[in-house]
Amino acid sequence: MCTRTVSTLARALEASGIATVSLLANRSAAELIGPPRGLYCEFPLGRPLGKPLDAEFQRSVLAAAFALLPRTDGPLIEDFDIVIEDEVDAPLSCPIPPRLDPQEPAAIGEARGLRAAHDRGVARIGTSQVGRVVDADGIPDAIRAFVEVVEGAAWNEVKYVGGDPTTLLMDIRAYYEEAALGLSEHVPAARATESWYYRKTSTGELIRRYLAAVKDVDPPFPGTFYVVPASQTSEVLF
Amino acid sequence: MSADSDMRAAVGQIPPGIDFPPVELVSAPPLEDATVAIVTTAALAFPGEPWEDQTHEYRLFDRAAQGLIMAHNSTNLDRSGFALDRNVAFPIDRLREMEAEGKIGEVAPRHASFIGSTFELSTFLLDTGPRLAATLRGDGVDVALLTPV
Repeated sequence: MCTRTVSTLARALEASGIATVSLLANRSAAELIGPPRGLYCEFPLGRPLGKPLDAEFQRSVLAAAFALLPRTDGPLIEDFDIVIEDEVDAPLSCPIPPRLDPQEPAAIGEARGLRAAHDRGVARIGTSQVGRVVDADGIPDAIRAFVEVVEGAAWNEVKYVGGDPTTLLMDIRAYYEEAALGLSEHVPAARATESWYYRKTSTGELIRRYLAAVKDVDPPFPGTFYVVPASQTSEVLF
Repeated sequence: MSADSDMRAAVGQIPPGIDFPPVELVSAPPLEDATVAIVTTAALAFPGEPWEDQTHEYRLFDRAAQGLIMAHNSTNLDRSGFALDRNVAFPIDRLREMEAEGKIGEVAPRHASFIGSTFELSTFLLDTGPRLAATLRGDGVDVALLTPV
């Protein structure tokens, strides 16, 4: 979706006198719109510069993009010559610490048990991505609303921290992916931590069951496609 | 097929819903003389400031801003890359290096973020895009680098 927006904005900026170069993540979507100067980079979605913590590679992408700047024969799309694919089917392999309280729901206990790993992950990356509506301290208890729905409560009758379940889900996912970064030492391939979360953890399983519980219900759940990535479900996206 | 290729195939078929007028390309100044701004659709935010779904608005961030999160609401993109290194979507440190090396004139004082999951496009073209352009031109910007996620 972002390539549609980028391509449209590039046209608006160019028409207002600002020269643009756009990195593009979806060639077909860009071709339908025609950005003034586009560089199609077939990299994992979410990584438009290709490789995190690889300044040399990022500089090579920028050099290719800025090389288009003198051209005025657009709309044009050139292709970056290196392709990088995600590794959705290779979940990160990392151990999950034991739950601290076996009486708690598995997902909540797991989240508490991962706190030290999460903090190591944040120390490694410098800035936590948790924080849209809840901080790391609040994550374990925030999971309880999703447990209640899976156990039979209506999705709109439980209290979500911050009010919106899908925004809260992004914080929970960020917490887990940062824990994964604290449990490993290398730079993971794209979607490796995502697949670990959704396929290997109790909370990931809980959220998949939550999706099943909020599908086709009355009142309808707003935006089931914001619950679990299309890569982790057989749901039809559009 | 990879997860991303499935996603590209699905999104690549969505019609834009508007007929785009012809666009005349600007003659850019030499990069070493240009003031460059980043415009990303990564939904950059400070913690505690989530984005509204389907908004066309944008947020401006100082070139020295720290502690930004990628608050995009789409589940369908990798998160670990940005968590490890913001430059993988918001290459502000790379641009500042290029500025220090004299390869670009200046890094703009402010940079912009949208959220890229908004379906309706004409408001970007007719309203928020031109408004952002006026703001950036006021900051002396003559080149924009756009990055999707």
